[in-house]
Amino acid sequence: MITNMQMVYIATPLSCLIPAIVAGLFGWKIGRAMTHTITIAGVALASLLSLIILNDVYSGGFFNGVVYVWGSSGGFPFEIGFLIDKLSAMMMVVVTLVSLMVHIYTIGYMHDDPGYQRFFSYISLFTFAMLMLVMSNNFLQLFFGWEAVGLVSYLLIGFWYDRETAIFANLKAFLVNRVGDLGFLLGIAAVFMYFGTLDYSAVFATAASKQNITMEIIPGQEWALLTVICILLFIGAMGKSAQVPLHVWLPDSMEGPTPISALIHAATMVTAGIFMVARMSPLFELSETALNVVMVIGSLTALLMALVAIVQNDIKRVVAYSTLSQLGYMTVALGASAYSAAIFHLGTHAFFKALLFLAAGSVIIAMHHEQDMRKMGGLKNWMPWTYITAVVGSLALAGIPPFSGFFSKDAIIEAVHASQLPAAGFAYIAVTAGVFITAFYAFRLLFMTFHGKPRMDEHTLRHVKESPMTVTLPLMLLAIPSLGIGAIYMEPMIFGDFFGNSIFVLPEHNVLELVGQSFEGKTGLSLLGSFIYHALHPGPLWLAVAGIVLAWFLYIERPEIPALIKQRLEWIYNILDKKYGFDEFNQFVFAQGARKVGNQLWQKGEVKVIDGFFVNGSARVVSLVSKVIRHVQSGYVYHYAFAMIIGLFLLLTFFLPVKQ
Amino acid sequence: MTFELLTFFFFSAVLVFASAMVITIRNPVKAALFLVLAFFSAACLWVLLEAEFLGIVLILVYVGAVMVLFLFVVMMLDVNLARMREGFGEYLPMGAIVAILMVAEMAIVLGSGEFSLANMPQPAGHPEGYSNTKELGRLIYTVYVYPFEIAALILLVAIVAAIALTLRKRPNTKHQNTAQQIQVKRSDRVRLVKMPSEKKPEN
Amino acid sequence: MIPLSYFLILGAILFALSVMGIFLNRKNVVILLMSIELMLLAVNMNFIAFSHYLQDISGQIMVFFILTVAAAESAIGLAILITLFRRRQTINVDDLDTLKG
Repeated sequence: MITNMQMVYIATPLSCLIPAIVAGLFGWKIGRAMTHTITIAGVALASLLSLIILNDVYSGGFFNGVVYVWGSSGGFPFEIGFLIDKLSAMMMVVVTLVSLMVHIYTIGYMHDDPGYQRFFSYISLFTFAMLMLVMSNNFLQLFFGWEAVGLVSYLLIGFWYDRETAIFANLKAFLVNRVGDLGFLLGIAAVFMYFGTLDYSAVFATAASKQNITMEIIPGQEWALLTVICILLFIGAMGKSAQVPLHVWLPDSMEGPTPISALIHAATMVTAGIFMVARMSPLFELSETALNVVMVIGSLTALLMALVAIVQNDIKRVVAYSTLSQLGYMTVALGASAYSAAIFHLGTHAFFKALLFLAAGSVIIAMHHEQDMRKMGGLKNWMPWTYITAVVGSLALAGIPPFSGFFSKDAIIEAVHASQLPAAGFAYIAVTAGVFITAFYAFRLLFMTFHGKPRMDEHTLRHVKESPMTVTLPLMLLAIPSLGIGAIYMEPMIFGDFFGNSIFVLPEHNVLELVGQSFEGKTGLSLLGSFIYHALHPGPLWLAVAGIVLAWFLYIERPEIPALIKQRLEWIYNILDKKYGFDEFNQFVFAQGARKVGNQLWQKGEVKVIDGFFVNGSARVVSLVSKVIRHVQSGYVYHYAFAMIIGLFLLLTFFLPVKQ
Repeated sequence: MTFELLTFFFFSAVLVFASAMVITIRNPVKAALFLVLAFFSAACLWVLLEAEFLGIVLILVYVGAVMVLFLFVVMMLDVNLARMREGFGEYLPMGAIVAILMVAEMAIVLGSGEFSLANMPQPAGHPEGYSNTKELGRLIYTVYVYPFEIAALILLVAIVAAIALTLRKRPNTKHQNTAQQIQVKRSDRVRLVKMPSEKKPEN
Repeated sequence: MIPLSYFLILGAILFALSVMGIFLNRKNVVILLMSIELMLLAVNMNFIAFSHYLQDISGQIMVFFILTVAAAESAIGLAILITLFRRRQTINVDDLDTLKG
């Protein structure tokens, strides 16, 4: 019996998949207008349904069941199943809403592109894959969604496949993600091996009983099973959510069209890893080692990538590095067991980062696809809407109340502060310093692009104008949640019981409750009020303000100073400019190394061992043996008959003792 | 020694002797004739075992048809007997050893009492009016009808194959073409010739 | 009263004789074919003996089929022999070694 809600669950991903298929296969026939009409209608329907689901979940709806069994092997069924609870419902809303905005924006941004239909097909397909990922109730389907979003990301980074840099970037993204996916797959395999099932609820229910099991990966080394599983799964998350050192693909992915950078590489796909860890909270909670690893990786990403963002001049790359840094924040929150804070930051970040990307895209259109900020400036006079929305996005990113980023980010910082894990001390310093840097680079971008004197050439300057309605409308729509969502949802989502039992936190790890209590007791104000009040005390907020002021001072008041600093501290600048040499390291060690190993294997292994020894060798052995054996084949029929008879006789003798 | 046993020993002795002659005698025609003798005594033994139909079939089909075919072939082929006998004794020791060992082994197994009268008594004879042929027929046309059909098909294929293998056309022999003869038209054979009547010479 | 083992041993002797026949007359295809007929006769003998002592007529059915197949086999064997002789003017097995490896 399929209830109405179940129909809605099934209809949500399908309303994205069907337009994607139609647009992909028949886009050439139905034309541009028809293509974007059906895909946008599909995604709009999906977001509507997601909102219905969220509403239903809010009023107590819950679903965990199998929709379709697509195969079974050795008695083990491969199922497509949905787990609809508060966590997945919220993710669905974020995904479909951002996707809808990006769809609308694309009409304007990709207007002249020959691959228009293909693009719409891809982004609809992406929305489908992402929905399958967040809605799944088992690891296998999670992996399917995981790989599917990876595939679409690969296709979209290389969307302009005639650009060599795009091909390089998508290959890089693909390869780096393979590293993560291998870990992820091994994690899933370990889950299957020890739990015997891939169903979330079954795994979580028995997780506590497996706490003392150890496994030997390297002989003689006993490792706790759950730690191994969690770290392997987290390696997958590191690949997809671009954590150090698997982050290298994300900045390069900016080769793709800007809507993609907004949709996939800022708002949704990269948060898949965060979502996955939050979903796996019942496992991660049981392994303190894994939580520490998560926290260290997260804080490294948050700090190091923020520093790199300072020296970037490409407008999209600045936003890309800021994405990396913000993903680091979310990861830190996961490590501190503040899962709901991580998801909350994921949600707010999705909106304001999509906003920033789309604003950057709007600027890029106006500048005729020029992305270097040194050739911009003063754009606020020509592009008022883009400017205002970008300011909203930057303030949210910097964490200034009452913009959404403030609440989520401060919650994370407080959670880390309250955490008792060994790595928390380091993480606290990193994320606090990160606040200052974030504010600095966010406003550096804003000032360099929209303020100051125009630095572009005459020709471009004459053509600068505000982007069309299809571009600015999504900006405005995204600005609204960036502005308001934090204050409204902070209390229920972080301190309240918003996620219910879809996130599991051990009592001794429950930092958010600790934080909440500390605020409630202090002042007579409400929780929200006291949270803002608290921020006025010396702390992250002042660091953020200081960052903004410094940016203003360096890029508006005294624009000559940055060059001076660059000269004085050249070695630091070089380190940052080279992004700590991750790319060079990978290029040199992995790429070159792989080629050298490959060359060796080819010359020694392939030519000598396989070709020389096995292939030709076996041929030689065969011909040698047959030279001897051929004498047996006399060609006389009676020889064969004799052999048969003697064989029969021997067989008879063999059975003789059995009979006795 | 009962009469039954006596009969058995007599026919067995003939059978073994005939078989030994088949494999040792020089002349293939004689070998074929000894084979006929062997088949005949085997058929008698089968009748002793109440397999009357098969015993008669063995004589009719084997002796009457197959062995005659053998004789035909042997006589038709101009075989160099001397060459055939070359190396006759070459494998004799080995063949004898294998055969004797085989018989010894079989005798050990078979004579171990498993198949003695005590273990497997001779069944009582069939009642009067029992027909072995009828029983066989009943089984063949009911339970074994498909194998029977297949056997028939195998025989048909064998006939066709044997004819196809041995058939040969001789180009220079003269023979009638019946079809052509039947299809002939009047115009092919009869020619009407008009000629003026001749006057009777006047004497 | 004849025990079953007598018939079985008779079958064994017949079989051994035909095996020896194959060893001895390895050059003469006609005698080889005859030996094979003898061998089948030995097998048939066993079938009929068992059929009698077990009172199961299926054994005779089996013999019936064996006879059919054996007749077909010898007919084709002889036909091959004739064709062979026409081509090679010999049926000496020693001359037939085209299968040699």
